[in-house]
Amino acid sequence: MRVSAQIHVSAPPSLVWEVISDPTRQLGYMSGITRWEVVGEQPTGLGARYRMLLRVGSAEVGGLIELVEFVEPREIAWTSVTGVDQRGRWRLREASDGRTRVELRLAYGVAGSGLGGWVAEHVAAPIVTGHLRRTVQQLKRTVEAEQVRARAAARRTAQSA
Amino acid sequence: MTTQARRNGHPPQPAVTSSANEDGGSILTRVLRGVAEQAQRRIPRADLDERDPDFIRERLPLMWLIASIWFRGEVRGLGNVPDSGPVLLVGNHSGGNLTPDTIVFTLAFNAYFGVERAFYQLAHNLVLAMPALGSLRKFGTVAASPQNARNALESGAALLVYPGGDYEVHRPSWQRNRVDFDRRKGFIRLALEQEVPIVPVVSIGGQETALFLSRGDRLARLLALDRMFRLKVLPISIAAPWILNIGDMLGHVPLPAKITIETLPAIDLRAEFGPDPDLDEVYDHIIRLMQDTLDALAAERRLPIIG
Repeated sequence: MRVSAQIHVSAPPSLVWEVISDPTRQLGYMSGITRWEVVGEQPTGLGARYRMLLRVGSAEVGGLIELVEFVEPREIAWTSVTGVDQRGRWRLREASDGRTRVELRLAYGVAGSGLGGWVAEHVAAPIVTGHLRRTVQQLKRTVEAEQVRARAAARRTAQSA
Repeated sequence: MTTQARRNGHPPQPAVTSSANEDGGSILTRVLRGVAEQAQRRIPRADLDERDPDFIRERLPLMWLIASIWFRGEVRGLGNVPDSGPVLLVGNHSGGNLTPDTIVFTLAFNAYFGVERAFYQLAHNLVLAMPALGSLRKFGTVAASPQNARNALESGAALLVYPGGDYEVHRPSWQRNRVDFDRRKGFIRLALEQEVPIVPVVSIGGQETALFLSRGDRLARLLALDRMFRLKVLPISIAAPWILNIGDMLGHVPLPAKITIETLPAIDLRAEFGPDPDLDEVYDHIIRLMQDTLDALAAERRLPIIG
């Protein structure tokens, strides 16, 4: 099952990138995420691994994931190493007026789970889609609020100088 | 039978010595003894290696459907379980022979820690002997015995036990919010012997999946079921589709009661109670902790079944 969510953020891709590429910030804006821990020595970049969990219905599902694409400031993709099969992707594209089009995709399932798995994937789809939508909305709020604060701080610095 | 019992980690059972059997026994007792022997033969060999992570992984979506839609399961506090190493999970048990709390917790544990983490559950012999429930062994369910419990913990696995067992799981529905282990303290001795932490697991809702009327413990003693099947109860309930359900041997269709489970912080017995803890003191402490949690979960609940 593949689900996605999109949004336009009123900030350049570099600012959005700062948030989505920082593993310490995932719990702050990603809806339904209950765990996001760095596994190993490498905190970010290609090959970084995380243990993540997403609350879906009566379980927290996820497992160990690894970043398989890391193209600043455009793409982050990951795939599962253990746990539920998943492939995810952040796509950042520059839009008009200095805005950024953000897309979050997630494909998930359990290979070999048969009809039960097919039904479960479809029943879970609205829940997962809801998490993705709230995630991009919260990302937009986070990035735009930080941008406003950064501009205000710059103005104060300029005035005091 | 003795060989079979040893294979499953049980000490040899004494022969049935009720007065009814000394003089040849009634027809009913002889029939029951025959069924008992058949059931004992059916009990599969206790082998930890039968747990199959791939099988569990492939069944998790179906379990998720049952747990999420039928029971609206909610499991809290799994972060309290140590991330690795052997641990003894001690739960209160509800819902008759088809225990929804076990389904919901097994799903949650395997999803949270991954099927790669060895996780075993102890179950009554007769549950494992039921033909339709043979696949439970692949989930890591093994016959409840001290030896099997030791084997599981020595292998470094997480082990879920229900000390109340058949006694607690068939308590009347009006005692649904009571933790009742029948003063069984074997789990404490096990944790001390293996030097593993105890993590209490408290669940609510299971006893609302049918109307449980009586354990039938006197009836079980009268029929010598305790000696033949290690069954201390012959439960009587009103449950679908049987209406009057005696024994619950064929299971029942559980009502869709909301199951909420709370996992409490791990207890290191020697750190909290000293090098030689008093079993009664530890037992009372754990029961009090679990009962307080169950009371809090009951206070959250607005309506039976609906939750």
